[in-house]
Amino acid sequence: MPPIALRRWSGCLAFGMILSLFLLASLPLAPARAAGSGSPTLDAVRARGVLICGVAGNAAGFSLPDSQGVMQGIDAEGCRAIAAAVLGDQHKVKFVPTTTENRFTALQSGEIDVLVRETTWTLGREASLGLEFGVINFYDGTGFMVKKSSGVTSARDLDGATICVEPGTSTELAIADYFRVNNMKYTPVEIQDLQEIHNAFLSGRCDAYSTDSSALAGFRFTQGAHAEDFLLLPELISKEPLGPMVRKGDDKWFDIVRWVSFAQITGEEYGVSSHNVDSFANTTNPDIRRLLGLEGGLGKTLGLDDKWAFYVLKQVGNTGEVWNRTMAPLGLPRGLNGLWNRGGLLFAPPIR
Amino acid sequence: MIRPPFRSPSLRWQALGWQALALAAVALIIVTFARNASHHLAARHIATGFGFLREAAPIPIGESLLPYTPSVSSYGRAFLIGILNTLKVAIPGCLLATLLGTLIGIARISPIPLLARLAAVYVEGLRDLPLLLQLLFWYGVFQALPAPRQSFRPLAGVFLSNRGMRLPALAWQSGFGWILLAALAGLGITIVLARRTALSPHRGRRLAAFLPLPLFPALVFAVTRPAIIIEWPALHGFNFQGGMTISPEYAALTTGLVLYTASYVAEIVRGGLISVARGQWEAGAALGLPRAAVLRLIVLPQALRLIIPPMTSQYLNLVKNSSLAVAIGYQDVVSIADTTLNQTGQAIEGIGLIMAVYLTISLGISLAMNLYNARLAQRAR
Repeated sequence: MPPIALRRWSGCLAFGMILSLFLLASLPLAPARAAGSGSPTLDAVRARGVLICGVAGNAAGFSLPDSQGVMQGIDAEGCRAIAAAVLGDQHKVKFVPTTTENRFTALQSGEIDVLVRETTWTLGREASLGLEFGVINFYDGTGFMVKKSSGVTSARDLDGATICVEPGTSTELAIADYFRVNNMKYTPVEIQDLQEIHNAFLSGRCDAYSTDSSALAGFRFTQGAHAEDFLLLPELISKEPLGPMVRKGDDKWFDIVRWVSFAQITGEEYGVSSHNVDSFANTTNPDIRRLLGLEGGLGKTLGLDDKWAFYVLKQVGNTGEVWNRTMAPLGLPRGLNGLWNRGGLLFAPPIR
Repeated sequence: MIRPPFRSPSLRWQALGWQALALAAVALIIVTFARNASHHLAARHIATGFGFLREAAPIPIGESLLPYTPSVSSYGRAFLIGILNTLKVAIPGCLLATLLGTLIGIARISPIPLLARLAAVYVEGLRDLPLLLQLLFWYGVFQALPAPRQSFRPLAGVFLSNRGMRLPALAWQSGFGWILLAALAGLGITIVLARRTALSPHRGRRLAAFLPLPLFPALVFAVTRPAIIIEWPALHGFNFQGGMTISPEYAALTTGLVLYTASYVAEIVRGGLISVARGQWEAGAALGLPRAAVLRLIVLPQALRLIIPPMTSQYLNLVKNSSLAVAIGYQDVVSIADTTLNQTGQAIEGIGLIMAVYLTISLGISLAMNLYNARLAQRAR
């Protein structure tokens, strides 16, 4: 037992430590913001010089590193387009892999600037998470993949089946509804790690693997020579509009994320691509002149350089180019993801 | 009990004052954090509160001890199922790890070199590999079993496939509850009798102590005569119907946890046994007792006093390690809470619930083990 004086001092010390901890905790969490663009996220990205983008990092077609370690896919390109518009350089992106379960907290806590992670736009998510969807970058639906050897040809044949699904996704909600409505039974196997889900499906632990049909196509594509052993069932049991998410309350940042996407759609509509964007320098078409920042000064109103869309189209390209690089190799038809005047749903409001 | 040295009343009040002040500071910090969090959550329009527990949960759950329908049952019920699933791993896990670990610990000090070496290899092998790796290994092993149509049939009515083990099950009748109760009562009486007669020189008496265990339930069965209906599993469509299942996820998690924890338990048991003075072994041998009897009657009871405290830590570890279930798709409380907080967006509440559950289970184990330890200490000379 230490002498009494020492005990008293240690008591004071403990009290002092707790008091200083308390003072530390009572400091305002966000440092006072210097006069800036009015968007804390935009200011932070500019000050950092790099955009921190939350992606899946393991989904072919959306975000998956290629053999050189470069992140490829429609989500990765979405991140690059925002970096090109904001920082003038599409390479100034730091990709942060997120899981289906930690993606929202990563964005809420400010760990990432934007979440581009094949996330489905639903009312519940937008209303309760403190987050909002900027735009739809992919129109998808929940599908099922089975082994051809199982003899299953329709989702109606899946009564009693064991189904592999990622926890925390809108897929599991869609499946729950579909089986309940059709009065069928199923056993879920829920694994967080995508690789383990794939293993479970391949080993026969599950009769079917369910997620967004595009991700299923991507999965089949990565099976190489065995791709023919798998069948994508014809039914799509839900609407899955995927898009980037930002934090609520930062409207200027929200505008930027949304209009970067619209600029790419407008580019495809007017035939402006990364290959020919320089040739429009002397164009007289007022729509293209406004898009490329040759007149109108619209970039400034967004808080960006007037040539923001030029950088996006020059460095990343328009929606058609992005599609051809990311989704077309998986064998997916353009379908709903085409321009509005070609039977798709891509429709950008006018840039003026 | 060591008494603190004499202290003047004024010093004692001073010390109490400091402690009260420190306590107030801690409380203030907690209140500040809570207020800060709720203020910012409200400012960001993030839903708060525990109201979501009553809402319908669209979480599909693969194995559950309670009736559950996705999109109909509540989040609260899903959570409860998660807790039960965690206990379903933790309780048999602790029991089996203790049993296996004790056997291996005894084997390590065996005079037979081969047995001792094998036990040493087991301990070093399993203790040195990360648990997550072992779980993934066992999950891989159980997945490598054949498909349901080609499943192994080690016994009539038992099917072993990559969907797990399917066993015949007894259809539950209302009379079974009484039989179960009688079996428990029989077990209690057996334990009491076995303790009293353990040192009896009459073999018949020692054996008779175990009679209530089978007799009690048999008697109740003879009186109530409930119908015995066995459900046999049969392949139907994709999978087996009827009977009961042990899923590959559950099997992999329990196997991995038991084998891993047993390696630590073995070392604790070995340490406890070695700490008992050699003279105790020799004294037992001098009385003409066989080695097994010396171990059971003389050495183990003394070693227990050293074994119990570190065993508590191992039980706590096993319970906490069971949260690695997420990696292999077993839906324990963490897995279900993760999905819940993902669907509802209420991360703080979800994490808070997980913490409360683990804290309750851990404190429960600590309390039980401390009580047991105190009883052992009382009997110490």
